[in-house]
Amino acid sequence: MSKLHVTTKVNGDTVEFLCDPRETLLDVLRDRLGLTGAKEGCGTGDCGACSVTVDGRLVCSCLMLGAEAEGKEIATVEGIAEGGALHPLQKKFIEYAALQCGICTPGILVAAKNLLEKTPDPTEEQVRYWLAGNLCRCTGYDKIIRAVMDTAAEMREAS
Amino acid sequence: MALDSSKTTGFKYVGTRPDRPDGFDKVTGRAKFGADATAPGMLFAAIKRSPHAHARILRIDTTKALAMEGVKAVVTRADFATGLTGENWNILENVMAGDTALYDGHAVAAVAATSALSARDAMKAIEVEYEILPHVTDVDKAMEPGAPVIRTGAADASVPEGLHPNVVRYHKSGHGDVEAGFAEADLVIEDHFVTEATHQGYIEPHACLGTLGADGKGELWCCTQGHWNVQKVCAALLGLETSQLRVTASEIGGGFGGKTTVFIEPVALALSRKANRPVKLVMTRAEVFKASGPTSSTSMDVRIGMKTDGTITAAEGVFRLQGGAFPGAPMEFTAMCAFAPYDLKHVRQVGYDVLTNRPKQAAYRAPGSPMAAFAVESVIDELCKKLDLDPIDTRLKNASHEGTRASFGPKWPRIGLVETLEAAKAHPHYTAPLAPGQGRGISCGFWFNHGGETSVSLAMSEDGSAQIMVGTPDIGGSRASMALMAAEVLGIPYENIRCTIADTASLGYNEISHGSRVTYASGLATIKAAEAAVEELCARAAAKWGIPEDAVYWEDGCAKPSGPNAGDFEPLPIAEITATMGATGGPINGHFEATPEGAGVSFATHIVDAEVDRETGSTKVVRYTVVQDAGKAVHPTYVEGQFQGGAAQGIGWALNEEYIYGEDGRLQNAGFLDYRIPVASDLPMIDTVIVEVPNPGHPFGVRGVGETSICPPLAAIANAVSAAAGVRMRQLPMRPSRILEALDSAADG
Ligand code: FES
Ligand code: FES
Repeated sequence: MSKLHVTTKVNGDTVEFLCDPRETLLDVLRDRLGLTGAKEGCGTGDCGACSVTVDGRLVCSCLMLGAEAEGKEIATVEGIAEGGALHPLQKKFIEYAALQCGICTPGILVAAKNLLEKTPDPTEEQVRYWLAGNLCRCTGYDKIIRAVMDTAAEMREAS
Repeated sequence: MALDSSKTTGFKYVGTRPDRPDGFDKVTGRAKFGADATAPGMLFAAIKRSPHAHARILRIDTTKALAMEGVKAVVTRADFATGLTGENWNILENVMAGDTALYDGHAVAAVAATSALSARDAMKAIEVEYEILPHVTDVDKAMEPGAPVIRTGAADASVPEGLHPNVVRYHKSGHGDVEAGFAEADLVIEDHFVTEATHQGYIEPHACLGTLGADGKGELWCCTQGHWNVQKVCAALLGLETSQLRVTASEIGGGFGGKTTVFIEPVALALSRKANRPVKLVMTRAEVFKASGPTSSTSMDVRIGMKTDGTITAAEGVFRLQGGAFPGAPMEFTAMCAFAPYDLKHVRQVGYDVLTNRPKQAAYRAPGSPMAAFAVESVIDELCKKLDLDPIDTRLKNASHEGTRASFGPKWPRIGLVETLEAAKAHPHYTAPLAPGQGRGISCGFWFNHGGETSVSLAMSEDGSAQIMVGTPDIGGSRASMALMAAEVLGIPYENIRCTIADTASLGYNEISHGSRVTYASGLATIKAAEAAVEELCARAAAKWGIPEDAVYWEDGCAKPSGPNAGDFEPLPIAEITATMGATGGPINGHFEATPEGAGVSFATHIVDAEVDRETGSTKVVRYTVVQDAGKAVHPTYVEGQFQGGAAQGIGWALNEEYIYGEDGRLQNAGFLDYRIPVASDLPMIDTVIVEVPNPGHPFGVRGVGETSICPPLAAIANAVSAAAGVRMRQLPMRPSRILEALDSAADG
């Protein structure tokens, strides 16, 4: 099958790639662009490990085709820190031990950042429902929820 | 004189909560997990799997697949070693079927191609002709006369005469005279319990990247809990010399026991050997469910006798576990853990390991123990209800403690069950008021913990920093714990120590990260390796000062003369000694290798409040408290994390998770949509209490903590739900339909 030529922006950089029409955005990010931060936990939209934003909207990159990225702005976990400076969420995740194995962490950070951009003062219930699409098998979510709530409080104070 | 840094108090680093060393990589996406590796010229592989529960393989035709664009190799059973016996044969048979497909999802062939999509297309083009055979997936049905025989001659010598050939192992233990004990009871309750198979549910599917040349030398990268085991098994299955295969453990995205065995690694290596190119193989989520380690499902009968004052007079349990199409269901652990929390004069437990047409079970966090606790602690709860006794006081009255005899034989050393019960009783949760529709449950749980073969190596750098090489994959923050223990002995800051998981070519043999053994055994070895380095550091100081070695001691990262008689010398800091080590005798290292035997057992007590919606049958866990003995919590935040994670998995097991098989023997719910693990909005915060009753078998008193946390939840939640619903729940999971049925039959009865 002939490949499609796609031009898009990932974490602010313009990128071009050729992909099979059947390849997902997640396949493209991981296998063609070498951005392995987004993980494939299921490939069916059920685990959230592949979470990225497309034009600011949170999506499962396993459910979107690579070809659909044409002209879009994609943001992945690799773009959250600015240079060596971690985002407040990243710092809190380490401080709270909001990760054990860390396979869910990229997706959860992308999702949580997206939440805080829209809702700077979320309730615990809002955080729990927003992250309900991001499975974590290790932590029982307790420390994740606390880390997100505390980051939100800290970011509100700082702004 | 060997240095001994044993202590249970006065820690400087152990017990603190520093950032983990791999934190930065894991929050930035840099950490490399199983599927994140690539190699030049890499091929992608896919596995062809049986759609049938039980079928003879008549013919495999790979011609069409091999003719496809980009396809480089196909393998079947013929490409693996022959003449294997014992567990190696079982593993090979599971990795790639021989004559017969034994379960839905059993691998029958594999293909490697230049892209993942072409590998998948080619896999579909492999033609397999089957003769479908009768199947059985239920443990009780598999034991009935006339049930299809999964394999003849699989039973070992433990199995009594006259049982169905699907019963392959048998266990019996206990002491006293249970019938005499039951005769002393004021109330005897006997009940039947059933649990379904669940999956460990790690979010990272099995993944590996293997290269194997015609010269018999190979490299393998994979997500595993034990890469020396992968090395050993792959070498056997491929007919290699073990040392010629170097295995590197990637970051691991969860395992919980399910990554203690091999599934795809030998297949990737076999394809690589044939194609002469590196091969990457990653399971899909459906493959993870169908062909990697679920737990056993169980059918259990438990009978317990009690006096009106709460004394247990006798206990008996029969535990039937199916472990899929291969021997190994952990029924002896189920039997041995069942009554472990209690000091019993008369106790008997029996276990059956039964074959069915399901995937080979793999360890799942305290394998076998949670189901036992579900049955036993439910009966104790019912006895307490009927006799109007407090459930914690009753457990305290019967609790195992130092010097009493375990239900499975040995005398207990120092253990912390009583302390967890007392802490649970004192916790505000235990006496907090319940809202209407809510019920409270408690349960105890027990796990053995394990030591196992362990090697650790520590090397000093010239600037006084240290690196530690351990061989137990870090499945929950263990590198932080190792660095803390080394810091404690060396007396240098935690940040000055880097802990790495060594590959199989860089360190001696290490058993798998299982049995909650890492912080215990690798921790003990780290302490001993650091002690060896400290001894050498002291020797260098002694030589410099010209005094005997035993006149020098180590404190706060410095060598010091041990008293006025030793001489008047300024403390010599570690960095000054290491700066000149090349000239004073060479590199300063420490290493330790042994099979430590002193793993301390761990007990826990959980308290749960659950709310049942009588209209929909759905259950919500509204409050949860874990109390567990950690011996000594090296990094308390990660200990809490283990407690919370085990509780959450237990909540899933109790309420939602189950393998559902159709009449055709096919798995109906091989995905996270239909196999529902708890999501963030399902759970409350999970409160934790760390009890510390030091383990005499570890220099700092550490006990393993990873597994015990999943032992009490099934029972604690069942007790809470039973209280809330007003009807005893005897089958897991307690999904809404099951609760509605129970409510209906209670109303009818
Ligand atoms: S991999 Fe995309 S949701 Fe699981
Ligand atoms: S930390 Fe392991 S899945 Fe979330």
